[in-house]
Amino acid sequence: MLSTQAFADNGKMKDYHYTGPVEHRFSPYAFNGGTVLAVAGEDFAIVASDTRLSEGYSIHSRDSPKCYKLTDTTVIGCSGFHGDCLTLTKIIDARLKMYKHSNNKTMTSGAVAAMLSTILYSRRFFPYYVYNIIGGLDEEGRGAVYSFDPVGSYQRDTYKAGGSASAMLQPLLDNQIGFKNMEGVQHVPLTQEKATQLVKDVFISAAERDVYTGDALRLCIVTKEGIKEETISLRKD
Amino acid sequence: MPSQDSMEPTFSLPIGLPLSSSHSVPLPFPMSHGTTTLAFIFQGGVLAAADTRSSCSGLVACPAAQKILPIHSHLVGTTSGTSADCALWKRILARELRLYQLRHGRRLSTGGAAKLLSHMLQPFKGTELCVAATLCGWDGGEMDDNQMTDVENSASLNLEKAKTQCLSTAVGGQQCFGRERSGPSLYYVCSDGTRLKGTLFSVGSGSPYAYSVLDQGVQWGLTVQEAVSIAREAVFRATYRDAYSGNCVDLYHITSKGWTRRNREDLKEEYYREKERQSGDSQRIMVKDFKGKAFRRMGGEFTAHSLALCRKVQSKSLQLGVKGVDCQSTSRY
Repeated sequence: MLSTQAFADNGKMKDYHYTGPVEHRFSPYAFNGGTVLAVAGEDFAIVASDTRLSEGYSIHSRDSPKCYKLTDTTVIGCSGFHGDCLTLTKIIDARLKMYKHSNNKTMTSGAVAAMLSTILYSRRFFPYYVYNIIGGLDEEGRGAVYSFDPVGSYQRDTYKAGGSASAMLQPLLDNQIGFKNMEGVQHVPLTQEKATQLVKDVFISAAERDVYTGDALRLCIVTKEGIKEETISLRKD
Repeated sequence: MPSQDSMEPTFSLPIGLPLSSSHSVPLPFPMSHGTTTLAFIFQGGVLAAADTRSSCSGLVACPAAQKILPIHSHLVGTTSGTSADCALWKRILARELRLYQLRHGRRLSTGGAAKLLSHMLQPFKGTELCVAATLCGWDGGEMDDNQMTDVENSASLNLEKAKTQCLSTAVGGQQCFGRERSGPSLYYVCSDGTRLKGTLFSVGSGSPYAYSVLDQGVQWGLTVQEAVSIAREAVFRATYRDAYSGNCVDLYHITSKGWTRRNREDLKEEYYREKERQSGDSQRIMVKDFKGKAFRRMGGEFTAHSLALCRKVQSKSLQLGVKGVDCQSTSRY
């Protein structure tokens, strides 16, 4: 269904007429949709993404998760243009291997974040159209979330949503995890069970209102025991 | 293709400067812009303040961004423009300053750092790179600690004397070369090539509002407390009026001993304190006729003035024959 914005305010159909020749340039970017979310707790981190891959009005795939495992303690979620997501994760994997071979240790989450920032900035004038969120454990075993913009600006957060439904999810997370804009509430620390339930609820809400989010939810829970993956189905319409 | 740099092994320089493409690709996403930052020099050193909202054409991408980045122990830079550009260029500047320090045995002055940043950004003039930074620092002496305290003492006590000394030797010509002015220092550097030395700068979309507050209150002789409260007030007023600034305020104070950071303060508290002050002060004054209909209401901060005006209205209306005019002051309407 076309959204009602195609129609003029008074309910009449928009007038289509010939406006003159219009140049259509080839755009090297496409928008493939998808939402990514990451939450950091005391000793765990959760990275979640939906698995729908869409373009325009079509769905290319219902099983294309957007979380990628980097190391035993780090998971990255990338949404935006799928071509750039694939290339970026390949480059990150290669750099991780090179680091491992020359330094004889695995990269920490903070180091991966700093490296990703420089990788993204090296393409400052032809950016990777990817919204990245890294979730993992830092050197002390505490949960860490690093959120990026497409050109490499990043910072460490406790929770962050990125992708097509990010504007809908971020305020909900601000309220439920950050206890923002509430009076007289006890700030209880987030347990892993509550965080998992919250992430599931939040994605169910996102699938309701965002057309590019849906099909299934892939959860990666990072603890010191390793990375556990869960798949929950969402709306498919 | 530009991206080959990222494949190089780690023993070379980690990343080169971004290669600018000959044609610009239309971007499908907006970049972050919009801020209020300010910095000024006073007798206690340099004070830098900034808000913490990072906006992305209408959406607040991050309510707790850091816009003041320390570069080294005695130099801090405020950032405005695109956050990625500012963060990465500050990082490159910090690397170059550290290399200078290791090679020459002393810290580069703030003016030198500003010149270095300005020259590094020069190849990107005309592109969409947007960096508008103020570098706030304290120029000290050598890296050696003993000498440092001497210079610091002389710097903090005799700033004016040091200035005049340098000037007098400038007349002589050769003697001033190589002698650094020590003390607080503030430079504004912009990616279009501007590099200005000054004592007060405010940068960003909220800067006009901040300038008005700063121009009113900033002078050389402020105490640290007063300076901090003026800086906070300026950022608060700017966040109040500018849509792209908001959330919290960050304050950094640079002295001869280095920079110190105050706790980040949420301006929401300040806003509520201000509201309480306003409602406590102002009293609504109603002028009603005997039937109880209010035909004049005055309120606001000039309570005494309003009351006097009402009494005048009352007496005048008695003169004119209107009966039953009552002048009441109510604390809440």
